Amino acid sequence: MIRSTSFLLVSVFTIVFSFASTSIEAMTINGAGATFPYPIYSKWISEYQKVETSVRFNYQSIGSGGGVRQILNQTVDFGASDDPLSDADMKSSAEKGWPLVHIPTVIGSVTVAYNLPSVTERLKLDGPTLAEIFLRKIVKWNDSKIAALNPDVTLPDADILVVRRADGSGTTAVFADYLSTVSPEWNKAPGRGKSLRWPAGAIGARGNEGVTAMVKQTVGAIGYIELAYSIQNNLPTALIKNRAGEFQAPTTKAVSKSAEMIKDFSGDLRMSIVDAEGPGVYPISAFTYILIPDKKETDEKLTAVKKFLVWSLTKGQGFAEELHYSALPEALRTQLVKKLTP
Amino acid sequence: MKKTPLISFRLQDKLNYSFLSLIALLIIALLIVMITLLFREAYPAVEQFGWGFITDSYWDPAADEYGGLAFLFGTVVTASIAVFLAAPVSISIALFINEILPAKIGKVLGLFVEMIAAIPSIVFGLWGLFFLAPWVNTTLTPFLKSTLGFLPLFQGPSFGIGILTASMILGLMIIPTISSICKEVFKTIPAHQKEAALALGATRYEMLRLSVIGPSFSGIIGASALGLGRALGETMAVAMVIGNSPQITSSLFAPAATMASIIANEYAEADSELHISALCFVAVLLFFVTFIINFMARTIVWKNERRLKSRG
Repeated sequence: MIRSTSFLLVSVFTIVFSFASTSIEAMTINGAGATFPYPIYSKWISEYQKVETSVRFNYQSIGSGGGVRQILNQTVDFGASDDPLSDADMKSSAEKGWPLVHIPTVIGSVTVAYNLPSVTERLKLDGPTLAEIFLRKIVKWNDSKIAALNPDVTLPDADILVVRRADGSGTTAVFADYLSTVSPEWNKAPGRGKSLRWPAGAIGARGNEGVTAMVKQTVGAIGYIELAYSIQNNLPTALIKNRAGEFQAPTTKAVSKSAEMIKDFSGDLRMSIVDAEGPGVYPISAFTYILIPDKKETDEKLTAVKKFLVWSLTKGQGFAEELHYSALPEALRTQLVKKLTP
Repeated sequence: MKKTPLISFRLQDKLNYSFLSLIALLIIALLIVMITLLFREAYPAVEQFGWGFITDSYWDPAADEYGGLAFLFGTVVTASIAVFLAAPVSISIALFINEILPAKIGKVLGLFVEMIAAIPSIVFGLWGLFFLAPWVNTTLTPFLKSTLGFLPLFQGPSFGIGILTASMILGLMIIPTISSICKEVFKTIPAHQKEAALALGATRYEMLRLSVIGPSFSGIIGASALGLGRALGETMAVAMVIGNSPQITSSLFAPAATMASIIANEYAEADSELHISALCFVAVLLFFVTFIINFMARTIVWKNERRLKSRG
């Protein structure tokens, strides 16, 4: 009898306390979207929580498409996407009284990883050649076009195995955007998008980890993966020719440079930054965005999100390097902070 | 002291009856709602492509053109090969455990086999990708090419991942389903039937064939059909090892794509309404295929049962 009463008391207390603690706790900000920036967003959230204890952030990495759908339906406080919204979506959302603004947070980049144990020199490729490899027009490693770019390298007489993403992905979208920019043939078909109709013979693996595994296991394979995956897995990556004519290795610094050519910050920053001009640029990169409502009136939650974004664009950028993301250039960050502070 | 119940027994029965039927009907209602919603989502694609969706294998999300034949092909082929590989193994396991091993050891072994069913499919997928695929590429493929290479099934380039690897993973995943049902089926064979066979001078093998496998035929078919049902719908493990290329080929080494894998791969990041609708159309197709196969299996089981009954 005594035991059951005390048990009852304990449970009542637990219930009361759990209610009490939720009421004391300040508001929760919900965000959802892209999986690519998830590691840095969760790092930012946990670090920001140490500074700002009154707000709780909750980020669900459900994919860019889901993030866009949720912010359009106004079910989250902020959305996150690797792909900017289409003009049609921007317009229809604004007409519903829910105009949205894109805030770039970091820059992601796509690397071209390959498996050629006999080649010790780092492979050099340019856009058109890369497009032809992924179109399956170039099918041998010792093709004259690859050889012309790598005069000092003895290329093996081996078949090229193209590995690509099978799941709809921002990584594919960035890569396809680059290939469409540099190759008219690619632009016609398969074109741009998160899921594409690939030429026959291109193996579809699931996720960055799937492509990484296939390339690692198969001699003669080539595939595109995010920078972080090629660094963590120690895969050799190709140097890609940029607009300045240099063969640039994918490094976070070279990726950051692709946003330096932006001089006009008045727009909504939905632009593509692939194949950017300037020296030292790694040409296959793209912004990842956070989407927030563009409202003048003060809203408690929106203010909290904006404060978090300002922190991310200043102190937060310091965590980018260690997590293999590329920070935004200084000038762009200053402009964004100005835009976010009332 | 006699207590009069709060609610009369008769009312209790009635309440009980209506409560149970409500829950049972709820399940049926849920199924109907799900199918209706799926149809509604798929309708734009049905309207746009009609029957052409089932006869065409052109799938291009960037151009918003969709045809689902290649996925239908991939699903049916991988699931069928999986059952073809798994059924003999599962039946042998069930016979070995039931008829040959001592009961106690059999129980332990049975437990191990059933534990395969508890492994999450993502683990099967990863294992397939990192272990099975390289093994298929370096060991199994050269062997098949040198022995059965004259068949178109075993020609063409191999990358380790493709129809064969996906079918093998699927086969492994459905072994526990088929073998545990077979075990139950074999248990229903009366001991005197087996003893009679032995008494007539049958060897142990003949006894198993005549008085265990023979009368259990419909049960074995039913077990295989359940395994097939699971193989048709399996998603993650297959998506990781099939190569995800919507194409129809004769080679088992070639990559393909299944209905479940395309939905898992493209739904989350599908932007256009028609793309989402086409994926729902694929889901409708998958539902029909599963339904038809289950129905066919049921019919075989029923017919066989009737035949057995009429015989004696």
